[in-house]
Amino acid sequence: MNQSSNIVEIRALNYSVSGRSIFSNLSMDIPRGQVTAVMGPSGTGKTTLLRLITRQVWPDSGSVQVGGSDIEALSRHDLYALRRRMGMLFQNGALLTDMTVYENVAFPLREHTDLPERLIRQLVLTKLQAVGLRGAIDLMPAELSGGMSRRVALARAIVMDPEILIYDEPFVGLDPISMGVILRLIRRLNDTLGLTSIVVSHDVEEISTVADLVFLLSGGTVVAQGTPQQLKSYPSEIVRQFMGGLADGPVPFHYPAPDYFGELLGRDGET
Amino acid sequence: MKVLKDPWVSLIASLKSLGDMARFLLRLVLGSPRALLRFELVSEQIYNAGALSLVIIMLSGLFVGMVLGLQGFQLLQRFGSEEALGTATAIGLVKELGPVVTALLFAGRAGTALASEIGLMRATDQLSAMEMMAVDPIQHVVVPRFLGGVIAMPLLAAIFSMIGIYGGQLIGVQIMHVDAGSFWSQMRASVGLRDISEGIVKSLIFGVACSLIAVYEGYYAEPTAEGVGRATTRTVVTSAVMTLFLDYLITAMFL
Amino acid sequence: MRKSRSLSVGTGLFILLGFGALFFLTTQTTSHGLAFGSKPHYDLIAKFDNVGDLKVGSPVSMSGVEIGRVVSIDFDMKVYKAVVKLSISDKYNQIPSDSDASIYTQGLLGGKFIGLTAGGAETYLKNNDQIDFTQSAFVLENLIGQLVANFAKSSGDATHDAAPAAPEKKK
Repeated sequence: MNQSSNIVEIRALNYSVSGRSIFSNLSMDIPRGQVTAVMGPSGTGKTTLLRLITRQVWPDSGSVQVGGSDIEALSRHDLYALRRRMGMLFQNGALLTDMTVYENVAFPLREHTDLPERLIRQLVLTKLQAVGLRGAIDLMPAELSGGMSRRVALARAIVMDPEILIYDEPFVGLDPISMGVILRLIRRLNDTLGLTSIVVSHDVEEISTVADLVFLLSGGTVVAQGTPQQLKSYPSEIVRQFMGGLADGPVPFHYPAPDYFGELLGRDGET
Repeated sequence: MKVLKDPWVSLIASLKSLGDMARFLLRLVLGSPRALLRFELVSEQIYNAGALSLVIIMLSGLFVGMVLGLQGFQLLQRFGSEEALGTATAIGLVKELGPVVTALLFAGRAGTALASEIGLMRATDQLSAMEMMAVDPIQHVVVPRFLGGVIAMPLLAAIFSMIGIYGGQLIGVQIMHVDAGSFWSQMRASVGLRDISEGIVKSLIFGVACSLIAVYEGYYAEPTAEGVGRATTRTVVTSAVMTLFLDYLITAMFL
Repeated sequence: MRKSRSLSVGTGLFILLGFGALFFLTTQTTSHGLAFGSKPHYDLIAKFDNVGDLKVGSPVSMSGVEIGRVVSIDFDMKVYKAVVKLSISDKYNQIPSDSDASIYTQGLLGGKFIGLTAGGAETYLKNNDQIDFTQSAFVLENLIGQLVANFAKSSGDATHDAAPAAPEKKK
């Protein structure tokens, strides 16, 4: 992998589903070694962006380069090799439900390496210690709380020492304490392991505390990018509305509807 | 009903599903040798599909055999050929009832379990997580379950037939007092290896069909709770119709 | 995934049971004795006028003991007789060459089988020999026809003075 400063480069990306355009002419550079946040209102396709980066879905046009290679051109074999250098944390953890915590974290090691069981055990213990769940090693996923299962999934995501970590809405449904735990882990892991982290989220306050760079998506393209401080004072209506959590603005409060008084009177007039 | 609204569209859609399923089958077959190398995954699925279905198969086999004994005896009595009860029971079970009823019960118990397991893994992103961990979910999750069903089915059908014959004997010999010797000797004279092999071929083909339908519906289920439920229902319905249709085809072929 | 041993044991038991059932079906429900090549046997030929509903696989017995099976039933166009090939177990190789073969019925209305009655000759039947003395199957309709004919004949004798109406052979 060449040592360019950007680990992910997206150029002129177009993607639509059932005729509805999700991304049009999107371009982004995600720098190496930093925590990059991707934010935006619901429905802007943030999760879809992650799927495009990991080639779970294909763009209509445009290019996505990860680690210097165009992912479009990769064979299945090379794609899997690339994915082994990435770790992904899904929204609900996505632990394999018929295996214990230990077996879940050990799963990538067992599938991709020939390491002896002793060594696997040590690696699993280390990663679980990093997320603070070494004691839960024999529990089943059903016995874990939401925050705990996400931390186990995080341990699983880093067990193969990836270069990129992708977080898909990691804060959804968590209480403030668990949220704080995950935030701390994102920052700490990124710095101690020398990772690049990409976090998709819409928790403005939280992500602003750990992100180095923020992209704000809306209407299928990037409307703002910069450090969290820069975004807070960005001269744009939609950025202001999003960052400030305002109820009305470029994203309207009212769903499109006919004239209000007209509807009320019309109904009365009919009876 | 949607079918009536536009039969042409439904026909095209059904053909597409059939084609998709055939291509899926190809993927599964091509992936089978590798999956068999990791036999512990497959044997776990043989347990899930086969051993866990044993109770329902054995109970049903017993009752079906007993009914065959009763009905067969009553029918043969009209022609004074009660000694042929052994033959009637054995042929009826081995060639038809064994494979077909086992397949239908399998679709209901094991098929729905397979579809909902895989569908749930789809809905909770476990399959996507595997993809992201560079593990092929088809190879790891789907092929072992498919092979487990295919291997379990003929064994289940054989157990069904065996218990059924004993059930028929229970009614015929113990209760209706058909001569035990005639029961078995007439059976042995009339039942040939060709009949047994027809039964085995049938249950193998049913095994492929029902397992394929179950894992296909689960894998392509919509990732929601209702989606998994619908996939489970479709599994049972499609498996049942497919089984009966294939039954006719195979019977005609063997004739 | 690495479940306990009991899972493997359960699977093993299931597979064992399944193959046991298959074994049962192939051996206990089919005619496993005298399968071709498995037990030593020799063949005999017998020609009948009428074999009734004798089937391939029907038993061949002597004094009520099963000694073999019918392996083929053909028709000889030259002499207009049914040609039945019997497969006899090698154990019973001392059947006199003047024995006869008759077709009997199991029970009252059951299947047909071939019964051999020993003759008195000093030589024995060997492989591919022919049994010369045969008796055809008992066909019910013929007996009824015979009975009716006899009955009509006897009543015709008694009333021979009356106008002799030709009796019809009722079937």
